[in-house]
Amino acid sequence: MSLFAFLGTLEIGLVYGLVALGVYLTFRVLDFPDLTVDGSFPMGGAVAATAIVAGVNPWLATGLAVLVGGMCGLVTAFLAVRCGILHLLASILTMIAAFSINIRIMGRPNMALLGEPTIFTAFDNMGLDPLYSHLGVIFLLVLFAAFFVTRLLASDFGLALRATGVNGRMVSAQGGSIGFYTYLGLALSNGLVGFSGALFAQSNSFADVTSGVGTIVVGLAAVILGQTLIPGRRIWVAVVAVIVGSILYRLAVGFALSSGMFGMQASDLNLVTAVLVAIALIAPKMKGKMRLKAVQARRAK
Amino acid sequence: MKRLKVVSVFCAAALVIVSAAGVLAQTYKVAVSQIVEHPALDATRQGLLDGLKAKGYEQGKNLEFVYQTAQGNPAIAVQIAKQFVGEKPDVLVGIATPTAQALAASTRTIPVIFTAVTDPLGAKLITDLEHPGGNVTGLSDLTPVAQHVDLMQELVPDLKTIGVVYNPGEANAVALVDLLKSAAKNKKIQVVEGTALKSADVQGAARIIASEVQVIYAPTDNTVASAIDALIGVANQAKIPVFGGTTSFVENGAVASLGFDYYQVGVQTAEYVEAVLTGQKVGDIPVTFAKGSDLFLNQEAADNLGITFSEAMLERASSIKK
Repeated sequence: MSLFAFLGTLEIGLVYGLVALGVYLTFRVLDFPDLTVDGSFPMGGAVAATAIVAGVNPWLATGLAVLVGGMCGLVTAFLAVRCGILHLLASILTMIAAFSINIRIMGRPNMALLGEPTIFTAFDNMGLDPLYSHLGVIFLLVLFAAFFVTRLLASDFGLALRATGVNGRMVSAQGGSIGFYTYLGLALSNGLVGFSGALFAQSNSFADVTSGVGTIVVGLAAVILGQTLIPGRRIWVAVVAVIVGSILYRLAVGFALSSGMFGMQASDLNLVTAVLVAIALIAPKMKGKMRLKAVQARRAK
Repeated sequence: MKRLKVVSVFCAAALVIVSAAGVLAQTYKVAVSQIVEHPALDATRQGLLDGLKAKGYEQGKNLEFVYQTAQGNPAIAVQIAKQFVGEKPDVLVGIATPTAQALAASTRTIPVIFTAVTDPLGAKLITDLEHPGGNVTGLSDLTPVAQHVDLMQELVPDLKTIGVVYNPGEANAVALVDLLKSAAKNKKIQVVEGTALKSADVQGAARIIASEVQVIYAPTDNTVASAIDALIGVANQAKIPVFGGTTSFVENGAVASLGFDYYQVGVQTAEYVEAVLTGQKVGDIPVTFAKGSDLFLNQEAADNLGITFSEAMLERASSIKK
């Protein structure tokens, strides 16, 4: 893997790290299986791209994308909490509706940003190498988001949010509203995902409705991969773990892309990625088992 | 110690010979990124490879041909673009819109040739067809839709309604359906749309519109192309002809088509790659629309549907499937 490819992989991994954060909030913290992300990711990109092409400041456009992403989460929460639709189905409904809405927003399925101002333009104009400056900007933004999520979860509000996922009855008994925390949790999660979509569109110069396909799979893989490899009960450890998981997932794709030398063909990409991620998940367990066996063998002596 | 010296001298000598050989027979590296595998795009890639061979660039001899597919996922298309740019090939080729955009966004220096992109201006790959200016140029596969409407009218003389199945999520398909609607409007023909978001939906969409239309138009839409057999199956049950947006659909059972073989699109793309390899400035190579208006007819399908081709049509046809 060349340096350029490696840095590019890091960049995409960090951008999808925001998706992983969002998925962590719903799946792990709130215990709400939320597939809305497949719709809010491209919606973030669509809103940012449309606003930028219409002449809105790129930073403002990115902020709009976060808001609109959060609104997707509110719709899912409304369907689940107020209308009593099963969580999974509520999020699927929002996800498929988002596809049509995204085309409405952009007026077409693919919107290009090549040559348009983005949040990176100011840094490019300063004469910085885009290879590093884009990565740096994205790193700082993700760091900010991670810090925000960590602080939020550590606050009283965050405690209630976490309690909602673990023991909803306890929250009700304490006078908290499960519905309220579900609304805010989903809005926050999908806001992060919309943010990710906006960054993806700007760093790669296009927003495409099909870019949402499989976002949830990537997010889940990142959360599980990260938390398996970096276990820990502390909040900041989990937050860092899911972002690292996202980067590792992208590295697995990167290595799968370079697997041609082992007689693999291009269409084997998804299979190779899956095998690499599976190995990453199984390897630590195997190591633990072997250590256990060694200890048992020593005791038997 | 002495032996070590001998070995190292040998190594050095071998290195010199190998690098000298490398200078003598220069190999060119062409990296191809394709959004998804389906017959039309695969044919484009094969045409490119064969076209390059005809021009003296042979894989394994003086050509390194690297190919990756994003398996339909734009995020992976971006990653492939980064990977390729890092390998610093002589030419990057993007097959279809998202892959071409990902490549163009990843480099300002390495030449990018796009192909099978319907609307390069709308995709902002270039700003000017005649003088692209930057490091991007290529071949557009804009379908001659107006001519298709003429042919459908020739096929079904009292044509009032055309059905079309397409994916509203595909930029290419939406552009084609817009062209179809404006061409049909001029002839006072109504267009009935059936939308399919994924290939599994194509059959259902075809069923819904089949009862209302006299002919179904199958555009060069990636989703429809993946499920073209299902579409034609439904049309055969309903006893209405399918007009193919691309000639490869005739092989699947479409009654007729006018256009270019995607294999030929690939061969024409090879001309762009050659031009870049021989040192032409990318910014000076104008964007062209794929050439070759081949009329393909399917006698077998026509017989089943009770359609007779006019003498004039049979005469113009470049291929008739019996």
